[in-house]
Amino acid sequence: MSAPAPTLSSARPAAGQPGDLVLRFRDVAKAFPDGTVALEGVDLDVRRGDFVTVVGPSGCGKSTLLRIASGLSPATAGTSQVDAERIGYVFQDATLLPWRSVQKNVELLAELHGMSRTATRQAALDAIDLVGLRGHEKKLPRALSGGMRMRASLARSLTLDPDLFLFDEPFGALDEITRERLNDELIRLFAAKGFGALFITHSVSEAVYMSTKVLVMSGRPGHVVESFDVPFGAERTPELRFTPEFAALAGEVSHALREGHS
Amino acid sequence: MTTTVHPAEETQVASTVDTPTTAATAATADPVLTGAGTAPLVERRGRGRKRVTDSLLPIAVFLGLVAVWYAITYLVLDPDRRFLMPAPHTIVTDALLDGPTMDKILPALGRSIVVTFTGLAIAIVIGMVWAIAMSQSRPIERSLFPYAVALQCIPILALVPLIGFWFGYDFPSRVIVCVMIALFPIVSNTLFGIQSVDRGMHELFTLHNAGRTTRLLKLELPAAMPAIFAGFRISAGLSVVGAIVGDLFFKQGDPGLGILLDNFRARLQGQELFLTIIITAALGFAVFGLFGWLAKVAVGRWYDQSRDAG
Ligand SMILES: Nc1ncnc2c1ncn2[C@@H]1O[C@H](COP(=O)(O)OP(=O)(O)OP(=O)(O)O)[C@@H](O)[C@H]1O
Ligand SMILES: [Mg+2]
Repeated sequence: MSAPAPTLSSARPAAGQPGDLVLRFRDVAKAFPDGTVALEGVDLDVRRGDFVTVVGPSGCGKSTLLRIASGLSPATAGTSQVDAERIGYVFQDATLLPWRSVQKNVELLAELHGMSRTATRQAALDAIDLVGLRGHEKKLPRALSGGMRMRASLARSLTLDPDLFLFDEPFGALDEITRERLNDELIRLFAAKGFGALFITHSVSEAVYMSTKVLVMSGRPGHVVESFDVPFGAERTPELRFTPEFAALAGEVSHALREGHS
Repeated sequence: MTTTVHPAEETQVASTVDTPTTAATAATADPVLTGAGTAPLVERRGRGRKRVTDSLLPIAVFLGLVAVWYAITYLVLDPDRRFLMPAPHTIVTDALLDGPTMDKILPALGRSIVVTFTGLAIAIVIGMVWAIAMSQSRPIERSLFPYAVALQCIPILALVPLIGFWFGYDFPSRVIVCVMIALFPIVSNTLFGIQSVDRGMHELFTLHNAGRTTRLLKLELPAAMPAIFAGFRISAGLSVVGAIVGDLFFKQGDPGLGILLDNFRARLQGQELFLTIIITAALGFAVFGLFGWLAKVAVGRWYDQSRDAG
């Protein structure tokens, strides 16, 4: 009783140390009521400073994995443990509210979490700056390109300054150039904020480029068949994609993906 | 990868497919006049002219109808039966410009407008509360939805005598008829709008622990607004019908447009009858237009109405 009531900021794990565990899956399984077994025996750790990417064939349970991590849907066996104060979840489509401007959309989550009006505004402005949407605050989602919508969606999650970031193929619907540009921006954000990320993609090249670790999942019921540590440092530049090391690793991941598929 | 077909393309394809006759005539007739059934290339070339013809066509039809009207009045009807279809200009001279007639019609119009808007306002409040209650709780939906459907199925006209029997024949009864006729579209559209909210958006709110009320106010109601306004517009038209029907039935108290219509009919006052019909129609158009405009102001900014117009 003597300790002062923790305020929001002091309650957070000392601004989060790199290496703090934010997500742990042990032997997680998911069976749907209709009998579909989506996941089986999934083990997974994500720490602050980890950028873990999951690649796997369509329908192997990648989205299900994220839904369990976020608490949207419970695992049917095993344990999933989240040690994050706040979770950011970026869906495949931007899910912006079409009647709200970019600014208002970015403010939404802070609003739902009961942040003060001024703090909300400030958090939104900062996030909009970070994703490069300054000048578009007043626009409605219908006036934005797909890439800009994704940026707005990203900014919305950033306002909460999450310790754990879940991405479900966020750039899957974008063209190559936009996707690569957003990859670079996300790497920059990751380096600046040091959150833990669990990122899902269909693109092996995106996976290798972004991650500190790539997990390859098998077809249904999905489980992790191989794990690759990505040795490239925190600094990633587009030239990395043309190095032999990159090509070699991407080849290995592709190979594992094909093995797991068959 | 799936190919998504834009709705506009769908309709375009459909219209070119199901109009072989138009296509056949297009070969001979002026392609601009035949309009939608022609090839896009022709449409694009003739767009400027097409817009002019588009607005001239209804006017031409109108003039044609007036001509037919005159023909009936002067060629078909015996002179002593012309009150059945008085010539258009006599409606203006004998009714519209006739002081005593307008002294009857204008107050009746005023009363009908009051009934229409009172009924509509009550229907909007009851309908939205009803639909919101159903959207928030399964048991409430289960227990109340059948009654919404019943409201739609029971011919309200059958209940009108009962309403008069219980509530008298004046203002309250007329408003009640109006409410009953206008209620269903508001209930069904509001409910439909709330229930069609994107699942991903719901999950976003779930992830961030949004409560019922927050979800309703920040997600469900705003998202449902286009559907709700579409319901308002339908109900607005119906509430005019309700106001006239109530009047026609009760035939007592201060006359609204319905009573007036019936009086003019009974007294064989053709010009007055026609003018009242035209004014009633204008009221319907005005109310419908008003709500179309309100919808545009409320949701037109973010909601593309042309998408559900087709
Ligand atoms: N609610 C549900 N009920 C029953 N089966 C489901 C349900 N949700 C998902 N599934 C099934 O579980 C499996 C995994 O689905 P999930 O969406 O996680 O796949 P995914 O790996 O994300 O696929 P994609 O790469 O195509 O997005 C699929 O076979 C899917 O059909
Ligand atoms: Mg998925």
